[in-house]
Amino acid sequence: MTGAFRTKTGGRIDRQKSVSFQFDGKTYQGYEGDTLASALLANGVHLMGRSFKYHRPRGVLSAGSEEPNALVTVRRDGRRVTPNLRATEVALYQGLEAHSQNRWPSLNFDVGAINSLMARFIPSGFYYKTFMWPRKAWDALYEPIIRQAAGLGDAPTEPDPDVYLNTYAHCEILVVGGGPAGLAAALSASQGEGRVILVEDGAELGGSLLIERDALIDGQPALDWLASARQQLAARPNVTILTRATAFAYNAHNMVCVTERLSDHRADAQPGEARERLWQIRAADVILAQGAVERPLVFPDNDRPGVLLAEAARTYLNRYGVTPGRRVVVATGHDSAYRVAIELQAAGVEIAALADLRPTPSGPWVERAQGLGIKVLKGTAITGTSGGRRVTGARLSPLIGMAQVGKPDWIACDAVLMSGGCTPSVHLWSQSRGKVKWDEALDAFLPSEAAERAICVGAGAGRFDLAEVLADGAQTGARLAGLKTPPAFHVEATPLAPRGVVGAVPHDRGPNALAFVDWQNDVTAKDLKLAVREGFQSIEHLKRYTTTGMATDQGKTSNLNALAIASDLLDRPIPAIGLTTFRMPFTPVTFGTLAGLARGDLFDPVRCTPMHGWAEAKGAVFEDVSLWKRARYFPQGGEDMHAAVARECLAVRSRAGIFDASTLGKIEIVGPDAAEFLNRFYINAWTKLGVGRCRYGVLLREDGFVMDDGVVGRLAADRFHLTTTTGGAARVLAMMEDYLQTEWPDLRVACTSTTEQWAVIAVQGPKARDIVSRLTSLDLSSERLPHMSLVEGEVAGAPARLFRVSFTGELGYEINVPSDRGLEVWEKVVAAGAEFGLTPYGTETMHVLRAEKGFIIVGQETDGTATPDDVGLGWAIGKAKPDFVGKRSLARPSMSDPDRKQLVGLLTERPETVLEEGAQIVASPGGTPPLALIGHVTSSYASATLGRSIALAMIQGGRARMGQKLYSPSPQGDIAVTVCAPVFYDPEGERVNG
Amino acid sequence: MLIITCPYCGPRPEIEFSHGGEAHIARPLNPAALNADQWTDFLYLRTNTKGVHAERWRHLHGCARFFNALRDTTTDKILTTYRTGAPRPDLEGLTP
Ligand SMILES: [Zn+2]
Repeated sequence: MTGAFRTKTGGRIDRQKSVSFQFDGKTYQGYEGDTLASALLANGVHLMGRSFKYHRPRGVLSAGSEEPNALVTVRRDGRRVTPNLRATEVALYQGLEAHSQNRWPSLNFDVGAINSLMARFIPSGFYYKTFMWPRKAWDALYEPIIRQAAGLGDAPTEPDPDVYLNTYAHCEILVVGGGPAGLAAALSASQGEGRVILVEDGAELGGSLLIERDALIDGQPALDWLASARQQLAARPNVTILTRATAFAYNAHNMVCVTERLSDHRADAQPGEARERLWQIRAADVILAQGAVERPLVFPDNDRPGVLLAEAARTYLNRYGVTPGRRVVVATGHDSAYRVAIELQAAGVEIAALADLRPTPSGPWVERAQGLGIKVLKGTAITGTSGGRRVTGARLSPLIGMAQVGKPDWIACDAVLMSGGCTPSVHLWSQSRGKVKWDEALDAFLPSEAAERAICVGAGAGRFDLAEVLADGAQTGARLAGLKTPPAFHVEATPLAPRGVVGAVPHDRGPNALAFVDWQNDVTAKDLKLAVREGFQSIEHLKRYTTTGMATDQGKTSNLNALAIASDLLDRPIPAIGLTTFRMPFTPVTFGTLAGLARGDLFDPVRCTPMHGWAEAKGAVFEDVSLWKRARYFPQGGEDMHAAVARECLAVRSRAGIFDASTLGKIEIVGPDAAEFLNRFYINAWTKLGVGRCRYGVLLREDGFVMDDGVVGRLAADRFHLTTTTGGAARVLAMMEDYLQTEWPDLRVACTSTTEQWAVIAVQGPKARDIVSRLTSLDLSSERLPHMSLVEGEVAGAPARLFRVSFTGELGYEINVPSDRGLEVWEKVVAAGAEFGLTPYGTETMHVLRAEKGFIIVGQETDGTATPDDVGLGWAIGKAKPDFVGKRSLARPSMSDPDRKQLVGLLTERPETVLEEGAQIVASPGGTPPLALIGHVTSSYASATLGRSIALAMIQGGRARMGQKLYSPSPQGDIAVTVCAPVFYDPEGERVNG
Repeated sequence: MLIITCPYCGPRPEIEFSHGGEAHIARPLNPAALNADQWTDFLYLRTNTKGVHAERWRHLHGCARFFNALRDTTTDKILTTYRTGAPRPDLEGLTP
């Protein structure tokens, strides 16, 4: 037995395959081919959720992606939990475990439902109004309440174990929607040469044909025609069919994003399997065959479980063999509800009444219903329902004129089916920035001017007649594929009048009746009325103030009714109020699909130096510097960072240290105009730099502010090896290319990134020469290789560029060897250095050592508003050069303002106090905010060498303040500091000459 | 994601390119000769066009060359692309 509301036969379920599943802990039976919603309905369960704001009990409203109410959490195991799935789209499988949402403690008894009793006190703009004052209540009261109440479902707490794939695809024609229009379009388009991709949201192709009982196509029942159409498409090699695939985004230049659900419908889906695939499809032409969404009627108590859309009931009946109840009332403003009533009656359901808002409905469907003895009440409005967690009766009132109703009649029923007509789905069209135009005859916005190479066909273009729909699809497909004659289909079907009703149903239930417009966000006609009364006139404002259409369903069922109600209230036609723009995604998309494989290790590339493994083995603590992993310090015997850095600093100053500088950006500049290029590019003068010599170079942006720095070494007259900051390499190279390609194309220069080419081993300290000389026959004497020079030769058996440079203030070398020799040479240096006490040090020690010397780090001392002079680098400017990048900007008067922030040193009164980096500096103590801030701390360390703290700071007019006492406000009180020169150690700079 | 036609490589997805700001703003040959207003114009002032805009792109993950494009900023349609140094093409006959 799979439920009391299952028909004996029919539907596209597999009645041989019974499936048991759980909803809120209770076990039910369904069939393979069911959705969670159809299986629950078969068991007589309509109550599937609680509403967002009022926590009202809610039943399933629709049978598709537009579902606003029946949002559930599906749980596979502790790690595979997905909230906010529409029960109408969740495929049933053996063992499915689903939970309702938005209720506590249970779906049947929900404490939050008290909100419902207070509905009259929760008007539109509630959040804006209620939580305004007093400020204090925010932290203690309002925010926790809002957080508790806000959001639907709970996010999973554990990492998602599944795999999400990503595919790029190209095709000539993409067809979105596998209903009759899309099928006809794909059938015809694929007769051409081009590749066709057909994307269908549901489990199988067919759309409305899957529930078609009446029409004949080419003399066959619709389902038979569908079967042969599917066969034909599947046999064509140029056709790709994606089912369970939702086109959720229409991006620029005809790129449509589709999420394909690969395993959610399978009972045996294992963790770690591919769960979804993101298709990024680039199509020459896109055919949108998205169909239409049925509109609910806006009447009081229209959200009672058991009230659902009429076409949804028809879907449940014909596709799943499920009836919505035993005795139903049909309320409509559209012909399609007659067809539903007739088919339900044929399935044994009692039609208690069919209330039509239209005073004089006519046509074949009306006649047929009446002929079958269905009680048709013309000019009758539904004005209420009774019941609690399930509807028990419908209140029907005769319409008097357009806006008034007469004495009501109550009719007992266990389901109410409603239909206001069909709203063409223009979501993706709107996303593509295609325009829409109001169609008076249809009461619908229809696609008009295209922005992309896209075209809407079928119901989405306002064509509802099946013959017209098929012809539209076929002709469009043929035209795009360049066919002379499109395939033609012969259709015999009873026509439906296309027009329905929009807006609120008149009633006599008083101002506090809850007639829902937007089910998911709990917006009623009354809320819209209030918002208009409070002065909101633009639909964009109304939308945000009332939140109508802003839920995860994007107002698929509600937008047009909301517009019509606003139009009534404002007494302006609907097109004058305007439709809000639909945004991606069409339906919610998992983060997994969007992230794809870019998770964990693949989230971002990780760059490691050739010596990374050595540092790791030595227990180094690493830090991230842009994408690089850099050894920060090498703790020994339980040292903390402070102790390790102190030891490393002292080792470098007293003996020698070894440091991995491979991450420095490196660019080789080659060509007859290389020196001229550097002259124009860097602030320094390069022409006179001798071969074998190096110079510290500073690079500005054209606005005169420091952008990068590094060492430039001249290998030959026409060849330079330069370094950049670790994070700035790509930026600098891009800027070089920009100037070379677009400003100075006459210069014969080539720039090549060589960052990965060279491993760089820095050996620094008084013993550096003793160590390096053990590994090379190169003459390392200061006569041959003075400070700021370089030589090419062999070091430790590897071809090397040996730089004598120092970022520590000590005698030092940087050994550049090919990356694949880096580890080997490093180990040889370490071995050679053992007897000299060579100590590996990390970036933290490097920072302290350079700060002791007052060497800046671009991005730490500078912040994009510092000139060379501000940071004490005015000396580097090649004064005689007529021009370089940024020179003109340096001549702006404000750039030489003596009150600019300038680099200085700060010494705290108490030597053990280490200032916070980023701390502000003020001129006098004890002030009350707002304080006049005159600068900030850029670098601050405990210096083991000096036995005290040191800091670098950018202070207004700093160089004129030497010896001044300033203050750094802190939570513990003002910290007194004295301004000093930024060089704390070896101010004469003699140690580098050692 | 846009499709951009590199004049050297042909049509490629936007992900291969980096944007380079407004085109046809040549760095003055002698910046020192410019007064403050002229230099400010060069440094900071851009047209911020609504409509057809000439802009620089670089085929960073391809041939690495800079080139120019005419793009309609209201529709994101790229009307044409052309090599650096070439004059801005006439709009006549470019509407796709
Ligand atoms: Zn290219």
